[in-house]
Amino acid sequence: MNYDKILCERIKNVPPSGIRKFFDIVSEMKDVISLGVGEPDFTTPWRYSDAAIYSLRSGHTHYTSNRGMKELTRLISEYEARFGAVYHPDQEIMVTVGASEGIDLALRALLEPGDEVLVPDPSYVSYMPCITFAGGKCVPVPTRAENGFKLTGEMILPLITPRTKAIIFPYPNNPTGGIMGKEDMEELASVLRGTDIIVIADEIYAELTYSPVRHLSFAAIDGMRERTVTLNGFSKAFAMTGWRMGYACAPKEILDVMLRIHQYAIMCAPTAGQYAAVEALKSGLESDFADVKRMVVQYDRRRRVIVDGLRKAGLSTHEPLGAFYAFPCIKNTGMTAQEFCVKLIEEERVACVPGDAFGETGSGYVRCSYASSMDNIIEAVKRIARFTQRHGLK
Amino acid sequence: MLSEFDLSVLEILYEDARTSPEQIAVMTGRAQDEVKSVIARLERDRILLKYSAMVNWDRVREDRVQALIEVRVTPQRDEGFDAIAEKIYRFEEVKSAYLMSGAYDLLVIVEGTNIKQLALFVAEKLSTIENVLSTATHFVLKKYKQDGVIMEKETQDDRLQVSP
Repeated sequence: MNYDKILCERIKNVPPSGIRKFFDIVSEMKDVISLGVGEPDFTTPWRYSDAAIYSLRSGHTHYTSNRGMKELTRLISEYEARFGAVYHPDQEIMVTVGASEGIDLALRALLEPGDEVLVPDPSYVSYMPCITFAGGKCVPVPTRAENGFKLTGEMILPLITPRTKAIIFPYPNNPTGGIMGKEDMEELASVLRGTDIIVIADEIYAELTYSPVRHLSFAAIDGMRERTVTLNGFSKAFAMTGWRMGYACAPKEILDVMLRIHQYAIMCAPTAGQYAAVEALKSGLESDFADVKRMVVQYDRRRRVIVDGLRKAGLSTHEPLGAFYAFPCIKNTGMTAQEFCVKLIEEERVACVPGDAFGETGSGYVRCSYASSMDNIIEAVKRIARFTQRHGLK
Repeated sequence: MLSEFDLSVLEILYEDARTSPEQIAVMTGRAQDEVKSVIARLERDRILLKYSAMVNWDRVREDRVQALIEVRVTPQRDEGFDAIAEKIYRFEEVKSAYLMSGAYDLLVIVEGTNIKQLALFVAEKLSTIENVLSTATHFVLKKYKQDGVIMEKETQDDRLQVSP
């Protein structure tokens, strides 16, 4: 059989993730300190796991409604209000299989073949492929370290065409740690106002910010709610990556179409996970999210240590104010990001992810995750300093 | 009243007493001298009392026995429970002593090299203290978790080493 002829051209031609390639190198090696992990090192707080186990024991092992358990969508509505986003629990919220499913649903619900989607570059690895899968065209918007990797109206204005259907708005950002404040978002909104461009706001790191100002949802910006699809989930803030629990919020008209795909393709998010998510939000709303705060305090301390260590190692590093990644510039080593990462792991057994895995603008940078123990981080930056010293800086 | 910063310093040291003032300064974004002076003040105020390691003694030696003793006492006029508590906690065998709500008054944790020694200590020293009405001794057989640390189980990092 000639599979090459059979398989879908559009899908086949999407290259495998740059992270995947690096994963293969790392998995061959032993005793590696990995700063390459994109998920919390905390395990799920036991209270949530216990709630899921109890739900199984009680026989809650069936489908839920397509959009998710009513109690959960109600809690999500209450939770989103903390970020200034107001969504109707029964009409504008659905539970998804991770925020990842939400990205796919939103794009498939919106894109006609050839439609363009603006994506800040560097960004999370899935946007570009998912746009392609949905028949769209990814238009990268290069962001800059000097500007905190923010997205501005000025940047997107020249890239808007009659085919521009949507813009991905992934802040706090993976891999850069950049965040967008209220004023930044208002400036961006001023360009979008009056267009039909939909904003897909991936706010999965909403809880993980380290500035005195708490995260504000893009949907909270004046006039933006009608054009915003808000994606979030339980993976990062609640240390629930393996549960695959996310959610999408959008005006009813958009959500109904997303829900139609979900209804036929997925049916519903896993039931046990929904029970865990209910517990996470219920106990969180009662305790002002003490579990989350406890983790954020730890991330913040590690963040300061890793940024300090990277700077002392001679790598210019913008201060990340969100997520759990530092994104140092390695241009002054004279190496490419790929070379830097491969040599670093071979010589010092420290794994980082080359920045170009997240888009062209990321070449010249590496992503260092600080979702790792303090001891690991201290040791890793020590090794990175030894590495840069040995190779010299320009 | 302790400041947010004081509390951060305490939390960091409580988690890992080896953390140097220099490291604490980096973690909190403050100056090293500031950290040092906070630590000095907390020590002076008897808030920071001691820097110790947590040891899993169960894996070190067999001849180490711990018991929890429930003590019922008659509180004294003007002194309440404090005076009797002091008579109890002054003994070296007593590692911890707490005033409790509920069915008994004091919870006393004692440590010795064998069960008999501890039993005798309770019978001869504790029970005979004036105003001690009764005691009930419970020997610790196994420690599963102490101060937030699970004793035996190793927490393994089973995450993928590289993920998006």
